[in-house]
Amino acid sequence: MQQTVEFHDRADRALHNPQIRSNFRYAMDGLMYKRKLSFPDLDELNRLRLRSAEIRANALVNLPELLEQLERRCNENGIQVHWAESVEEANAIVLGIMNRHNAKLLIKGKSMVSEEMELNRYLEQHGIECLESDLGEYILQLAGEPPSHIVAPAIHKSRQQIAQLFKEKFPEIPYTDDVDTLTRNARQILRRKFYDAPVGLSGVNFAVAETGTICLVENEGNGRMCTTVPPVHIAVTGIEKVVEKLSDIPPLLSILPRSATGQHITTYFNMITSPRKPDEKDGPDEVHLVLLDNGRSRIYRDEELIATLRCIRCGACMNHCPVYTRIGGHAYGTTIPGPIGSILEPQKAGLDRHGDLPTASTLCGACGEVCPVRIPIPELLNRLRFERVRQDHTGVTIGQGSQRNPWEARIWKGWSWMHANPAIYRLSIRIATGLRRLLPKRLGAWTRVRSAPRLAAKSLHTLAREKGFDHE
Amino acid sequence: MSLRKTYPKKPEQVYFFGTCLVDMLYPEAGLAGMQLLRREGVNVIYPQNQTCCGQPAWNSGYRDEARRVALTQMACFPQAYPIVVPSGSCAGMMRHHYPALFHGTPQHDAALAFSDRVFELTEFLSRVLKITLSDLGEPVKVALHVSCSARREMGVAGEHQALLEQLKNVELVAQGRSEECCGFGGTFAVKHPEISAAMVEEKATELVATGADSLVSGDCGCLMNITGHLEHRNEKLRGSHIASFLWERTHAADS
Repeated sequence: MQQTVEFHDRADRALHNPQIRSNFRYAMDGLMYKRKLSFPDLDELNRLRLRSAEIRANALVNLPELLEQLERRCNENGIQVHWAESVEEANAIVLGIMNRHNAKLLIKGKSMVSEEMELNRYLEQHGIECLESDLGEYILQLAGEPPSHIVAPAIHKSRQQIAQLFKEKFPEIPYTDDVDTLTRNARQILRRKFYDAPVGLSGVNFAVAETGTICLVENEGNGRMCTTVPPVHIAVTGIEKVVEKLSDIPPLLSILPRSATGQHITTYFNMITSPRKPDEKDGPDEVHLVLLDNGRSRIYRDEELIATLRCIRCGACMNHCPVYTRIGGHAYGTTIPGPIGSILEPQKAGLDRHGDLPTASTLCGACGEVCPVRIPIPELLNRLRFERVRQDHTGVTIGQGSQRNPWEARIWKGWSWMHANPAIYRLSIRIATGLRRLLPKRLGAWTRVRSAPRLAAKSLHTLAREKGFDHE
Repeated sequence: MSLRKTYPKKPEQVYFFGTCLVDMLYPEAGLAGMQLLRREGVNVIYPQNQTCCGQPAWNSGYRDEARRVALTQMACFPQAYPIVVPSGSCAGMMRHHYPALFHGTPQHDAALAFSDRVFELTEFLSRVLKITLSDLGEPVKVALHVSCSARREMGVAGEHQALLEQLKNVELVAQGRSEECCGFGGTFAVKHPEISAAMVEEKATELVATGADSLVSGDCGCLMNITGHLEHRNEKLRGSHIASFLWERTHAADS
């Protein structure tokens, strides 16, 4: 159970880092507030959540058929579709496209699937430079860090920390911690690169099977630059991002940015249905769509866990998670952090690797309450807690039963025996309350920040009998 | 999951499920809950064979163990009377999770029928008994902590608040981030004590900042966590279960 130690270590480091604590607290408070303001009508929100959940659930029920339809439509439209079962295959596909064009520079829009693939590292090993053009991702590339949030990847950094980073990396640019100036500086650096890069890469928010359309939501315009300026555009996506019809998009587009950042609409919304046509002035000559499985089709096979795949990556669950707010995204040690990461990542990589993540929640329900596609995240966390200790090995999840600790299992057996035998339970309580003054004042980690709970002199069982509450 | 849409008429009898935490640590809260119900003219039955709802094992992934304990509880309440629970968390387990716990087992129908009879205490007092309370206490400032399960699973935050608002000498004070979890989470506090500690520290700071004289909550897990930390910090603020608080302020000393 190596992973548990690592998670604890990373979480502890974050907890004791006042800068991390205040950066996340401040940012999450702001995001929660903005989301709330953007949904003034709770009835409308509930209707929209029901509709969005229905669209995503319907798409997943018909996933194989919709993916085939998507491939047909894309082919008809001139988009080349590639299937990747693993991240290795997906990386090789991207490398193959780069090599065919003898391309040494890839300019990237924000894509969590490319993070999942660790594409930058892979391509750099093959002599290809990757450049992140989303501002947050660019900051992290400069800092050599992974994202800590799926929508706001550099949210763990303060303005001053970013200013310091720019000072170190670009000593020729005068120091500033003014956000607008910093942004303008980054924009100037990046702008030139868009013209140099032979290939641009983007993620995908929704892929429409009916029309073969790739939908891309973004705020900075870099996504549109990546998908239109370079002669080749590669879009990478998980297979679950498909939806059935074009008319499914408006409800999802209405709920996604509001859930994510409180915006009613993002600054840019791109719909890409083909490469540049002969009469068009801009756009790439080639468009590729890489469809990555990487464990998703296994999640698809379980009728309860399939809901994990509804996710539209808004980040609202992490914004509202009291655990994520305290420990930040890096503590999770996964591409996707927070509550959705705690259900998705152990299913993708296995409970033997991330078996501790389903326990990193108080099950307070805040995530499930705000999820725009009504993923029952607390219930799925509970389900994975079962999977991590189950013994029969009849589930679909990799690493099921891997976190079963014989001592812990024996404690639960004993606990169950005592609480299923009322006479034993009553006797135990009588003994414990009788000896309550002898009980320890220190109870491990609990009493490091709390006084020990005090047993009552008489249990409710006894008081109820004394006061005549025990019979009809 | 939320408040149910329709409520039964006032029954002659109810069962009381005290919960294991109340049984051992806060029995006066359980007693107060039963006294509030009895004062409304309802006969309250406390079956002596009740133990725990099974939630600790359920939330730890030990489903067979949880089922065995849940079956013991289901056997304690054989008549069709409502089952009143002074905890959003345990009521949520019995009302919303028993059906899932028994999914695919021969007891599934019985679990569904059982869960339909489960009510959280403040929900039952307000919605079924339509209780009216006369405050006999001195003026006091109160901060209310609604547990996450009371708020989100049972949907009874409004019922907690409405009962306290009936007390004319009680001033409910607002707190920052009132909807945020206190960090208890049952076995979470044991498995991830450092994260839990960070959460309860911030929760306590918000509560102390209200200047309240007293903290009230409908769940003893949160109370044990928050007041344990307040004591550790030597804060003056003390907490009590909402049932104890309501009972103490509304019954004459000699009754």
